[in-house]
Amino acid sequence: MPTHADYRLSQLDELEAESIHIFREVAAEFEKPVLMFSGGKDSICMMRLAEKAFYPAKIPFPVLQVDTGFDFPEVLSCRDSWVSRLGVRMIIASVDEALENGVIVDDGKMSRNRMQIGTLLHALEEGAFTAAFGGGRRDEEKARAKERVYSHRDEFGQWDPKMQRPELWSLYNGKIREGEHMRIFPLSNWTELDVWHYIAREGIEIPDIYLSHQREVIERDGMLLSNGDHLTLRAGETPSVRTVRFRTVGDMTLTGCVESDANTTADIIDEIAVARVTERGATRGDDRFSEAAMEDRKKEGYF
Amino acid sequence: MDLLRFATAGSVDDGKSTLIGRLLLDSKAIFEDQLEAVEATSSAKGYDYTDLALLTDGLRSEREQGITIDVAYRYFATPTRKFIIADTPGHVQYTRNMVTGASTADLGLVLVDARHGLTEQSRRHAVILSLLRVPHLVLAVNKMDLVDYDQAVFEKIQQEFTAFATKLTIPDLTIIPISALKGDNVVTRSEPMSWYEGPSLIHHLEHVHVASDRDLVDARLPVQFVVRPKSDDFHDYRGYAGMVAGGVLKPGDDVLVLPSGFTSRISAIDLFDQELTEAYPPMSVTVRLEDNLDVSRGDMICRPQNAPTPSQDIDAMICWMTNAPLRPRQKLAIKHTTRSGRAMVKDIQYRLDVNTLHRDLETKELGLNEIGRVQLRTTVPLLCDPYATNKTTGSFILIDEATGVTVGAGMINSTT
Repeated sequence: MPTHADYRLSQLDELEAESIHIFREVAAEFEKPVLMFSGGKDSICMMRLAEKAFYPAKIPFPVLQVDTGFDFPEVLSCRDSWVSRLGVRMIIASVDEALENGVIVDDGKMSRNRMQIGTLLHALEEGAFTAAFGGGRRDEEKARAKERVYSHRDEFGQWDPKMQRPELWSLYNGKIREGEHMRIFPLSNWTELDVWHYIAREGIEIPDIYLSHQREVIERDGMLLSNGDHLTLRAGETPSVRTVRFRTVGDMTLTGCVESDANTTADIIDEIAVARVTERGATRGDDRFSEAAMEDRKKEGYF
Repeated sequence: MDLLRFATAGSVDDGKSTLIGRLLLDSKAIFEDQLEAVEATSSAKGYDYTDLALLTDGLRSEREQGITIDVAYRYFATPTRKFIIADTPGHVQYTRNMVTGASTADLGLVLVDARHGLTEQSRRHAVILSLLRVPHLVLAVNKMDLVDYDQAVFEKIQQEFTAFATKLTIPDLTIIPISALKGDNVVTRSEPMSWYEGPSLIHHLEHVHVASDRDLVDARLPVQFVVRPKSDDFHDYRGYAGMVAGGVLKPGDDVLVLPSGFTSRISAIDLFDQELTEAYPPMSVTVRLEDNLDVSRGDMICRPQNAPTPSQDIDAMICWMTNAPLRPRQKLAIKHTTRSGRAMVKDIQYRLDVNTLHRDLETKELGLNEIGRVQLRTTVPLLCDPYATNKTTGSFILIDEATGVTVGAGMINSTT
C-alpha cells in the first residue's frame, strides 16, 4: 500500500497511478474503446491496470486479439484465463479469415506479422472503435521514443510522426473526427524491467513460455526459433532440445527464444537487469530487417 | 526507489545528445545491439569516433535531415532512482517542444558550452523552465575539457547565470562543470577539476529533494469517472474515481463538491480492493462519500474551508503552438482537469519575449512558439487555482475545434 511518511510514491506506484488515470480518461471520453490484447506480458500488465482502474466494476470495454494462426498455445490459454476471470468480452480478429474474405492478400512475401496490420485495421473499422489501447512502451525502440500516450491515426489508420499533438501535463486531447481513431499507450513510461517488477509484485498470471522450459528449437539468423509445423526447415538446420524461455511473445514463426534457467519472475528480473541486448533485437525477426523497420510498420498502422 | 522526471535543453552544439548518450551508456540503459547499430552508422559515415548522439535520433526522417523534430522520452535507472528524460530539440518549434517537455518535469537541465558561455538560447531555456515552474534547475557547463578545466571560466559563467536567475522563479539552482565527452563530473567526480567541490551530475539527480514540490495542502480531486458496478456484490457502490491533484485526503474528512456546493464526508478511499488511510498526489484512487449526491465527471471534490473559486474569466500565460496566430475573439475548445468547454479570447495583453523578458504591449496576436498573457472567457466555470500553487488545477490546453489539434497550453495567473 502506498503510504509513506514523506508522501512520495515508489516508481511502480507512480507509473500505476499514471496508467490508471489514462484508462479512466479514455473510458470517460471515448465512445467505443477497445483493448488490444496479445497475451504478452505488456498486454497482461495492461489488463491488470484496467482491472484496477474500474474495480469493483468490470472493465467497460472489450478486448481484441489478432489471431495470426501461429500463436503459442500457452499464450492463448493464458488469454482465455484472464478473459474469463475478468468477465470481459473478447473479439478475435483472425488473419486466416481476413485472407479468406479478401480483406488482406498474401503475396507470398509478407510475414504473418505484417498481415496482422490489415487484419487489425479491418477489425477496428468494423467494430467502429474510436480508441484502441496498445501495450507499446517508449523504451522498446527508437521510433517509439517520440510516441504520444494518445497517438492519433487518420482515417487510413496511419501515423504521421510530424503531425503528432503536443502532450502536456496530464491533459490528454481525445478529439477525433469521423473515421479517425486514437491509439492509446498506457505503458508509455514503463520499461521492460518495470513491467516485470510489476508482474512480480502483483503476482499475476503470465504465459508459461516466459519461464524456463525444455523446447525443440532450431537456430536461424542468430535466433533460436521454436520448431514445429509452422516452420519449414532449411538445408543444414537440425532441431535440438534446449532449456529456453521467451522474452517477447509474437507469432511462432518470428519470435525467438533465449537460453535461460529463469524459473520465476524474480529470476527473470535478475536476468534482464544484466541483459546486454534489447528484447526486440534479441528475439524479434520482424524488427531486424532494417534500422527503421518499426517506424515503417507504425506508419502503416502497426500497434 | 522513486521516479524523477527531468527535461533537457540545449542545442546539438552544446553536447546535449552526447551527455544523454553518456548517461544512458554509463547507467547501462543502452544495450549492445543499440550501441553496435550506432557504431556501424558512425563508421559508415566516416566518423573518427562513435557518435553517441545517434543513440537518441529517433526517426529516419529526422536522421535524413540531421535534425530532431520532437520531444523524445528516454529512460534509465540507477540503484536509487528511475529517471525519465524529456529530451527537447534546440531547433525549430523550440518553445513548443520545450514547454511540452517541461510541463511534466521535476527538474530542468540546461547545457552551455564552456567556450561560449551563456547564449541567448540558454537564457531562453531558463526563462521557459521558470515560466513552467520547474522547481529545480541544473546548469551544466559542458566541454570543460576544451577550456583546460579552467576554474575561472566556470566561475564567470556561474556568476553571470546566477545574476540572470534572480530575475526568474527558480527555487533551486545547481551549477556543475562537466565534460560529457570525457565523463568528468557526469557519473564520477573529475580529477582535473579538483577545485570543484559539489556533486557529480548523476549524484545530484539521484539525491535532489523533490518530496516537497507537490501541493500537499490544498485538497483537490477532479472527478474523472463515476464507478457504479451495478452488480449483486456491489449493488449500492458508487465511487468517484480520479487522480489526486492536491492535498491529502482521508476517510472522515468533510468535503465540498464543486460546482454544486454540496457537502458530505469521505466514507472510504479505494485503490483496487484495498481501503486506504490517505491519498495524495499523484495517486489514482476512488473516493466514496457518506451521502448520495449527484456528482459527475468534471466536478471537483475539495474541502469546505479550502476550495478553488469557480470562474469563467481566466487570466493566463499561453504558449501558442500552431502556425495560424491566436487573435482576440477567437473561439477554441478548452480542457482543464477533467472539464471540457469552450473559450473565447477576450484580450491579448502582451507578448513575452522569452529572450529578454521584454513585454510587448503593442502586439495583438500570438504566433507559433510565442508566449503571452491572455484573458479568456469560458462557457463553463473552471474550478482552478493559480498555476504557481498547483500545476494540475492551474493548467489547461486549447484545442482547435475544426481539426482537433492541441494548439495552446495555458498557465493560469488568476481568475478575474
